[in-house]
Amino acid sequence: MMSLVEIRKSFLVSIWFMFLTFPIMVIRVNTVENIVEWRWNNMIAVGVGSFLLSFVWRYLIRRKEQGVRRQRESAGPRVSIFQRIGEDRRIFLPALTAAALAVVVFPFLVSMYQINIMTTAFMYIMLGLGLNIVVGVAGLLDLGYVAFYAVGAYTYALLNYHFGLNFWVCLPIGAALGALFGILLGFPVLRLRGDYLAIVTLGFGEIIRLILENWNEFSFGPSGISNIPRPGFFGVEFSLLAHTRYIYFLVVLITIFTIFMVNRLQNSRIGRAWLALREDEIACQAMGVDKVRTKLTAFALGATWAGLAGVIFAAKTTFINPASFTLWESINILCIVVLGGMGSIVGVILGALVLVLLPEYLRAFAEYRILTFGCVLVLMMVFRPGGIVSNVRRTYRFEGPDSGDK
Amino acid sequence: MLKIDDINTYYGNIQALKGISLEIGAGEIICLIGANGAGKSTTLMSICGVVPPRTGRIVFEDREIQNLPTNRIVELGIVQVPEGRRIFPYLTVAENLDMGAFLRKDKAAIARDLDYIYDLFPILAKRRHQAGGTLSGGEQQMLAISRALMARPRLLLLDEPSLGLAPLVVKQIFEIIGKINRENNTTIFLVEQNANLALQIAHRGYVMETGRITLTDTAANLLANEDVKKAYLGI
Repeated sequence: MMSLVEIRKSFLVSIWFMFLTFPIMVIRVNTVENIVEWRWNNMIAVGVGSFLLSFVWRYLIRRKEQGVRRQRESAGPRVSIFQRIGEDRRIFLPALTAAALAVVVFPFLVSMYQINIMTTAFMYIMLGLGLNIVVGVAGLLDLGYVAFYAVGAYTYALLNYHFGLNFWVCLPIGAALGALFGILLGFPVLRLRGDYLAIVTLGFGEIIRLILENWNEFSFGPSGISNIPRPGFFGVEFSLLAHTRYIYFLVVLITIFTIFMVNRLQNSRIGRAWLALREDEIACQAMGVDKVRTKLTAFALGATWAGLAGVIFAAKTTFINPASFTLWESINILCIVVLGGMGSIVGVILGALVLVLLPEYLRAFAEYRILTFGCVLVLMMVFRPGGIVSNVRRTYRFEGPDSGDK
Repeated sequence: MLKIDDINTYYGNIQALKGISLEIGAGEIICLIGANGAGKSTTLMSICGVVPPRTGRIVFEDREIQNLPTNRIVELGIVQVPEGRRIFPYLTVAENLDMGAFLRKDKAAIARDLDYIYDLFPILAKRRHQAGGTLSGGEQQMLAISRALMARPRLLLLDEPSLGLAPLVVKQIFEIIGKINRENNTTIFLVEQNANLALQIAHRGYVMETGRITLTDTAANLLANEDVKKAYLGI
């Protein structure tokens, strides 16, 4: 029943497309032999292609609407696959073990190039989780997040260059400086929301980048800082491959630490205050939430992870310059959060993996890489606007005497 | 309990309150009535520090509070139910209530208060795992009041609890406001346009006009006052 109507609509779309593309896809004037070529098989390709695309599109839209309707009809919230995995211990533990095993074995099975990509992906998980605190949980749109990343990276590079401080000393310093810059950014934007906040943070990110680019005496300008030492391990000398693996495991450990901390934070008092602040500031104040402190901690804690990731980034690549900290990078991290699912930790992890690994493995498509990537983003937002994993918040229950009825 | 002494509050250059003075005794229900834009909500906002007064004093139990930040004022026990309810739409009912107890740490007492609230509004118990935004207007108002009660207020500030609600629901809510006052001895400061109903449950009332308090009396006298009748009761 449905399919007949759909097929007819898709058929009309394909006819329309064939007509529209007729002049460019079918007719070709051959100027050498002075004849007009009619490439009819191109027209068939366009027709079949647009028919299929239109049909699939309609089918997906329809399914999505049906899904929404079904969800509305059934009283309880729909349980997603990810939620089920998270809640059912019998699936959750083996899945976690398998993932952990895969992460441990991975660097011994693949080439150095692959390990490096994976390390980058894990760093983006850290960045994504950090930004998730600010954007996903506290609802403050931050487009200058990469500035804190830059602060971390330059902290290590400069402290090492001038004072010879090693990686392990710089790691906490980078995190602390990140937090400090987070608070610095936080103060002027306390009153702002939404679009205004986005513009100010965007400006802040650009200021940091431009300072790094132009203050030659301080940051060595666009030529950057090279020969940054890799992190040491009790003075043991590594081969290049061993070092890559070492950094990989280091990043994995810090990522796990990040996941743990962010998870604790989200379910804490301050986490609830962030959630509430995102929804209604005035109501929040009426409940006695300290707006200033809550917002500043969101900025500071978000920036802390960017600082950490920055230090690791400098140590991993051994070379940094301002070109690594452009607006595009901020947007990329924001994409991770939005695509993965705002406020959801599992979502951000998946988002980071998809957004870092997809462009890498799409290299086969060469110049179509970014185009494909863009299409994937658009399709994602149409069909899963909540992200890969829509946020499942922990619900707080006080069990009263009559709570057995649920 | 609360004494407001000649406060002047401004929004930018515009003066909204022109020398307001009023007094609220412990255990009272005080009602502030007046037309749109008279400054009723601003008075509430000044008390809880969202829009602090430029001059004048606000004394809560022998303590000047006009310069304290909002969260400190809430800690002292002055809790507001903001105009237009302002519940958290994406948090569940239970989480909304939990936010009300944000400043409290005594888990056992919180659980007890929660039971009390579910007794007071059985509908909220039924809806406790539903998102706040999916409730009806009346239920949202109940939730907003309950959320404020979860903070164990000593002085509850209610801003237009009847706004946009059906007459029957309004009546129900006013009954419960009276009940809260009787059962917990919670002092209530009520800002309301629905003067008739508000004066019926209040002990005393103040009438406000363009930033000034023009009249104050017991609720019964105000209900009988000819001017008030003409201006606010529509009789």
